[in-house]
Amino acid sequence: MATYLEFERPIAEMTSKIEELSLMGDDADINIAEEVERLNKKKDELVHRIYNNATRSEVAQLSRHPDRPNLLDYVPLIFDDFQELHGDRAFADDAAIVGGIARFREHSVMVVGHQKGKTTKEKIHRNFGMAKPEGYRKALRLFRLAERFDMPVLTFIDTSGAWPGIDAEERGQSEAIARNLMDLAVLKVPVISTVIGEGGSGGALAIGVGDRLFMQKLSTYAVISPEGCAAILWRDRKYAPQAAEALKPTAVDMQELGLIDGIIDEPKDGAHRDLEGAANFLAEVLYNSLTELLQIPVATLLKERENRLRNLGEFTRK
Amino acid sequence: MSWLTRLIERPKTILGKEGDTPDGLWIKCAGCSDTLYNKELERSEMVCPRCGQHVRVSAAQRASFLFDVDSYDECDTNLFSQDTLNFKDQMRYTDRIKAANKKAGNGDAARNYLGDIKGVTTSVTMFEFAYMGGSMGSVVGEKIALGMERALERRCPYLLITASGGARMQEGILSLMQMAKTSSVANRLQEAKLPFVCLLTDPTMGGVSASVAWLGDVIIAEPNALIGFAGPRVIQETVAEELPAGFQRAEFLLQHGLIDEVVDRREQRDYLKTLFEHLMARAYRQPN
Repeated sequence: MATYLEFERPIAEMTSKIEELSLMGDDADINIAEEVERLNKKKDELVHRIYNNATRSEVAQLSRHPDRPNLLDYVPLIFDDFQELHGDRAFADDAAIVGGIARFREHSVMVVGHQKGKTTKEKIHRNFGMAKPEGYRKALRLFRLAERFDMPVLTFIDTSGAWPGIDAEERGQSEAIARNLMDLAVLKVPVISTVIGEGGSGGALAIGVGDRLFMQKLSTYAVISPEGCAAILWRDRKYAPQAAEALKPTAVDMQELGLIDGIIDEPKDGAHRDLEGAANFLAEVLYNSLTELLQIPVATLLKERENRLRNLGEFTRK
Repeated sequence: MSWLTRLIERPKTILGKEGDTPDGLWIKCAGCSDTLYNKELERSEMVCPRCGQHVRVSAAQRASFLFDVDSYDECDTNLFSQDTLNFKDQMRYTDRIKAANKKAGNGDAARNYLGDIKGVTTSVTMFEFAYMGGSMGSVVGEKIALGMERALERRCPYLLITASGGARMQEGILSLMQMAKTSSVANRLQEAKLPFVCLLTDPTMGGVSASVAWLGDVIIAEPNALIGFAGPRVIQETVAEELPAGFQRAEFLLQHGLIDEVVDRREQRDYLKTLFEHLMARAYRQPN
């Protein structure tokens, strides 16, 4: 069963109308096929209008839409021979982050990303994509492995944030995230990061430092969730829509701030209603970017990454 | 009522309000509730001589305790926050900046110094907690980067003294990116084999904790400082469990193997001098 958000309801209504009509078959007098085609066209317009005029708060909801594809949905469509690698070699295997080696057309690459889970059971198993220190340490182990075998790294961001729990604090959540930021900055292979859903704060950034950063059209990236921001600055979570507007978390906002290298298009119905279409757009952009990065000598690559990181921020010098 | 009883009857509470530096004559210690003479407290570097409570201090005051007399200068004072996002919550960011400037001076939430700690020249960045909760925005990130680069130029140790609630929300994603920026520059200190020491003070949370605060070669903390990634309230709401006693306090972190030592403010100068000298000594020089 597809899930429709409040503001997507007109799409749901139109969709069921079309379905009903299609089921009627040839019994009726009216030309069903023509009518269905007319409604489909209307639906496309409606979808286009809703997604292109979505408020920041609505985009934030779409970025964590229950039907939005997870990394493991994309993997078989983009990569071949995926071999998942588990564990941080110290404490546990954190299922909130998955990683492994895969073939991306003619290249062997390291794939690392958050996995929120789709079913209730899987969501619980994966802690809703909120990683603990062992998750970030597994990611780091795989980054290092990739470096040793001159393998480019592709990361996929989709998390509401790092897990805020007693266990995570006891095992050094801060240290684990910090270490990844520091080591990714000097990893001697190309690193491409893509936000495929929710880019939630430090938990997202911990696998998001690299040479290129892309965002899918309906994804978000922010320092804090709209709800969390509202709770602190407005002292009430119900101001989340206002907080979303203030935080400017959409791909378009990020592009205007000059912080991303491109917006990856999504099929007209959104990634959450057309997995294959979304995978195609994703693969195309990632392949082109990878091809470009593979031409750059490592010294240049690292120098450019260093400059890129060094220049982050906007302030006034007097 | 005589002037004396009036003063004694209305003691200021040390930790009554976040980040407030006491300025009255008499102060009531938040740790042991004892009434202390302000000058006496200052003489012991704002640590209660009776119970050891470490009072939050401003960067300027800490600098006066940390460095040798007349040996230090503040650097990078020409950087100012700007409202790139045009951020407005219940208040405009620009108005928050103005209010913070009034309250805590216009050095933003971090100050850079170059000075001597018992004779060891050190580049230091200190957070200013009273300035918007020591939150890290673009200016703070740049100051940390410049502080590190000053250490690289002078070939001296870099000391980062944190006191921060985390990233500055009003700068949105730009504040998150300061975590990546500062962590990246820390690599250059490592390559240059220059000591990088973090001194975590109360509180060190969120984006500051989960980046540059944890990247030092040696990490020490002040007694009882609250240090962590997620705030205790957020954790309690998430897990609906009682938090263990002393959770996220410096001593708790020490027990869990997360920091090197808890060091009393009054002993930090000696500790740092000795540590820096060891780290710079290079007893094993590679034979040619």
